[in-house]
Amino acid sequence: MRKPTNFELWFVGAAAVLLLVILPGLNLTPPGTLLHVSDFTINLYGKYLCYGIVAISVDLLWGYTGLLSLGQCLFFALGGYMMGMYLMRMIGDLGQYHQPIPDFLVFLGWSKLPAFWQPFSSFAFAMLMVIVLPALVAMGFGFLAFRSRIKGVYFSILTQALTYAGCLLFFRNDMLMGGNNGFTDFKFMCGYDLRQPAVQRGLYICTVLLLLGTYGVCKWLTNSKFGKVQCAIRDSENRVLFSGYATAHFKLFVFVLAAIIAGLAGALYVPQVGIINPSEMATDKSLEAIVWVSVGGRGTLIGPVIGAFAVNAMKSWATRAYPDLWLIFLGSTFILVTLFMPRGIVGLPAQLGGLKKRWLNRKPVDVDPAVTPKEAELAKPNPK
Amino acid sequence: MSQAKKFILTLEEVNKSFEGFKAISNLTFYMDDGELRVIIGPNGAGKSSMMDLITGRTKPDSGKIEFGFDTDLTKLNEAEITRLGIGRKFQTPSVYNEHTVFENVWLSLEGSRSVWTTLFSRVTPERRERIYQVLKTVALDGKADWKAGALSHGQKQWLEIGMLLALNPKLLLVDEPAAGMTDEETHKTGELLLSLEGKHSIVVIEHDMTFVRQIARKVTVLHQGTVLCEGTVDEVQNSEKVMEVYLGRKKKH
Repeated sequence: MRKPTNFELWFVGAAAVLLLVILPGLNLTPPGTLLHVSDFTINLYGKYLCYGIVAISVDLLWGYTGLLSLGQCLFFALGGYMMGMYLMRMIGDLGQYHQPIPDFLVFLGWSKLPAFWQPFSSFAFAMLMVIVLPALVAMGFGFLAFRSRIKGVYFSILTQALTYAGCLLFFRNDMLMGGNNGFTDFKFMCGYDLRQPAVQRGLYICTVLLLLGTYGVCKWLTNSKFGKVQCAIRDSENRVLFSGYATAHFKLFVFVLAAIIAGLAGALYVPQVGIINPSEMATDKSLEAIVWVSVGGRGTLIGPVIGAFAVNAMKSWATRAYPDLWLIFLGSTFILVTLFMPRGIVGLPAQLGGLKKRWLNRKPVDVDPAVTPKEAELAKPNPK
Repeated sequence: MSQAKKFILTLEEVNKSFEGFKAISNLTFYMDDGELRVIIGPNGAGKSSMMDLITGRTKPDSGKIEFGFDTDLTKLNEAEITRLGIGRKFQTPSVYNEHTVFENVWLSLEGSRSVWTTLFSRVTPERRERIYQVLKTVALDGKADWKAGALSHGQKQWLEIGMLLALNPKLLLVDEPAAGMTDEETHKTGELLLSLEGKHSIVVIEHDMTFVRQIARKVTVLHQGTVLCEGTVDEVQNSEKVMEVYLGRKKKH
């Protein structure tokens, strides 16, 4: 349906080769060589890619279904926490207290592992929970919200309240989830030392693969009849309802799917940045994700990823160059993009093309076609 | 009324009020299978409220609303009622602007509406043929690849009627189909509705009396949420009660 489909395929293919082959390859070259990509850069890009995956999930809700969810980072953080629990167990007795249980539990006076922590020694169980927990939370909330037909700004406010509630809950020490410090100081994952560059490179490659997989699934989904129903809900929900579709089921499906995608991104984010704490659930994180999507281009699948990269690259630069002004930059970017680039970076070529067309077509309108430019020049009154 | 006669739609003593305002009061309305019925009435007479009640958008405070012989509509939601075979066209055209004309009809085509089937549903040749057949009926087959948003107002109205036809409903509820149309478009819309008579039962709400004259067999006049009178266009137009309501004459005249 969209025109730049060929361009999109070409772009995704090129990006996949660059991210999957060229960057890790250049990372393997000895430091100091021209074109060497540092471990730091690989790690940074891995982080950006996780954000890109979250951005796709936001766009699946906002751009494709018209559900502006301001709580997507809750699911991201829940996925991250589930992975974090496993990583905490893998520290073993290498913590500060040299106890077989995580340090913060020792600090809280526990001598043995709480029951709900037990199964997280298993990687498989943790990965299962990475998917199941965000899905369950999304299902519970989504079921209630969509059944009660909560729409528009009310839905946005509720999702924001939900993530804030999650944030407050995880801040509590008696949740036994690390309180405001969260989890950090990870050492091993599946027997590999997380501090090794090769392991970080592996995680980075996993992230690229997850991003490509997410893109593929979402591409397939949005091209299916389901995707058509999704956009129809966005454009005219009543018509969909009065065409016999139980729109609540469709919205719930998308909401849960988006939560799972965000949860998976969170699970890969945590071992790469080495920390997870409740601030990841704070409302401003979810708002940032909205900015990524609108900067990149809403209603497309490559736009959100481009937006996540662009905004975070800007953040990395601005927080170093002008630390106090970063939020001003972010806010004004959002305002400017909303006002002047409604289709984001991805829509820019079409927008400029439209402007160019208008510019080129502007002359014939006010010039008499019978008069050639030369005649017009001659017809001008002599300035002298 | 005898049970031997088959009504497609039965409303008996239906009441509905919104915050004290009685939108529908003791409304009783029967409609035969295959009938084309026109409902007229002044603003606020309860025409759209009646549609809302039939299609499950609002629930009545009391009374009976039945479809066919014994399907109670008051217990079902909009989507379920649509799947039973009641299609509704809104007053302002509501089509999916970002989708093509073809896709608009495809989404409305009768068949399963579950999440799983839509995930794996493809356009089969039979469905394609059916979609083009519908588009031909509403004279949009030449614009199948257009985005619906690019259509004119009248064409959008027709597309929405086409979307209803794709549902293959037993009962069509059409709210002011000629609103905002040119005289020629209005006339064509009338012909379209007449051509559907017999195949579907149709309820049309309309203000435009020329249009009503063109299509009406039997007219129901609503006033203050209840049926004022029923009959042919001439009977209704010459009715004392109707004149009083529309022109505000005194009863004693």
